[in-house]
Amino acid sequence: MMATDNIAYEEMIKGIWRDNPVFVQVLGMCPMLAVTNSAINAVVMGVATFFVLVGSSFLVSAFKQWIPKQVRISLYIIIIATFVTVVDYSLLAMLPAIHKELGAFIPLIVANCMILGRQEAFASKNTVKFAVMDAVGMSAGFMIALFSLGAVREILGVGALFGFDLFGPDFEPWVIMILPPGGFLTLGLLLLFFNWMTEKRKQFLIQLAEVDNETIKVKANG
Amino acid sequence: MSNNNPNNASGKDPHLLLQSAPLLHQKLTTPAAMKDVWIALLPASCASFWFFGISAVLILLTSIAGAILTEWIFTPTEKRRFALSDTSAGLTGLLLGLTLPAGIPLWMAFLGGMVSIGLGKVIWGGLGSNIFNPALLGRAFLLGTFPIAMTTWVSAGDLSDFFQLHSSNLALPFMQGQLDAMSEATPLGLMKFEQQVTSFGSLFIGNTAGSIGETSGFLIILGGIYLFLRNAINWRIPVAILTTAALFSLILLLVDNQQYPSPLFTLFSGGLLLGTFFMATDPVTSPLTPKGCWIFGIGIGFLVVLIRVYGGLPEGVLYAILLMNAATPLIDRYTQPRIFGRDKQNLKNNNKADK
Repeated sequence: MMATDNIAYEEMIKGIWRDNPVFVQVLGMCPMLAVTNSAINAVVMGVATFFVLVGSSFLVSAFKQWIPKQVRISLYIIIIATFVTVVDYSLLAMLPAIHKELGAFIPLIVANCMILGRQEAFASKNTVKFAVMDAVGMSAGFMIALFSLGAVREILGVGALFGFDLFGPDFEPWVIMILPPGGFLTLGLLLLFFNWMTEKRKQFLIQLAEVDNETIKVKANG
Repeated sequence: MSNNNPNNASGKDPHLLLQSAPLLHQKLTTPAAMKDVWIALLPASCASFWFFGISAVLILLTSIAGAILTEWIFTPTEKRRFALSDTSAGLTGLLLGLTLPAGIPLWMAFLGGMVSIGLGKVIWGGLGSNIFNPALLGRAFLLGTFPIAMTTWVSAGDLSDFFQLHSSNLALPFMQGQLDAMSEATPLGLMKFEQQVTSFGSLFIGNTAGSIGETSGFLIILGGIYLFLRNAINWRIPVAILTTAALFSLILLLVDNQQYPSPLFTLFSGGLLLGTFFMATDPVTSPLTPKGCWIFGIGIGFLVVLIRVYGGLPEGVLYAILLMNAATPLIDRYTQPRIFGRDKQNLKNNNKADK
């Protein structure tokens, strides 16, 4: 029991850092670039994706033995679209202003390749428990990425975070940051930062391994 | 026998000196080529000090500092001395600074220098690997980011003395600058929005509104001629740009002489001369082949007039050069010269065989 718990935990944690859907797999770029011009939009988009991904991963892994292989993609899409419709109408009822701002990008969650990718690559091959853990981790990673992009763009582009003014009235807004080029720029710089961190970590581990090898050699010789 | 010969440094008889090929040395190195451009930019920089006072000095210094600092940060430690010794980072900073308005807050100039080197050069792999001219990329970033600060112009020669500083220059980082002087439209803006023609004399000497380094046509041409005499630039590019721009605007003038400016105005207004001599001729981002240089220059000249006349912006040099920079690899590929000793038929057959 303990071992499976650890594995399930691994499945969840990998989506946040090691297999982050945005910074490592570079999936789901359409909502990533389109709705991150403010932090609140990004977070709402992240929550919507979270709900859709967890729900559809659960259903797909639960019904996997009844899904014929030939029509699996269309069935995944139908399942995903069901949850997207739920999210669409819930947002319209609860947060009409944000729903208006996100516009077409809520229905477009259906076409988010990160979600379909998780169904095809993971949920259809694993048990319900692992599928849900994986979906939670992946959508958390997606949400973190959306939030970091949205926060950077809102802070520089408007001088505020979640609508709270940070710099006072004299702030000079970076207009480019709330426009599409700002999305590409910020995403590129964040990818650069993440790759740099990964590379640093790899080098550190290699160094560590070398030191270990040397101590083993020294011990063997001694 | 002279002992000054560097080959003779070891004290051996030069007649017995054995060397491996290449035996002919070109004296033109990257630092030497950069030095030529520094010298050629000197008159235009001094003119900017004369017209815009201490503001121009500070803007140029901060953009140079931003560029050099970024180069220093993002270059691996063991390559730093080599990368900084060719002075190309500082030159990019200087070129960027010359395209900024006099009232711009200094932190923006610094940021522009950082973006020029960081996003324009280092990220592509350093000197020689970039697609776009770094200085223009920095300016395009600033223009997209701070459109108001980048298009608020101060008239040249308005200052009572050299040390009068615009208060907007000293705005705190991330804060707006409040311009104390009267802002004024550039000759191009006057032409586009108010149909006013600035006299050729002031365009030639430079006491108009505009970027600090672009106003004086005469001194920029002087720098360009120096570069040409030193063989530091490919003469085809400036000739192609200026001829095309002049011809195109002459045609427009013949169509309607009320609405469109004269060719001389087109050539001497805005940043066309500065861009032509110092940015379009950047050896990294311009084509290598003679035919390619002609195509490149004609494209820039055409686009500049097209953007100025039909676009939403009064000035088009920046985007014209950046667009043609993007087309440069394609131009290079399609204008490859025939390999010596082979006719075209053979060349085609060989290419097919390769595939």
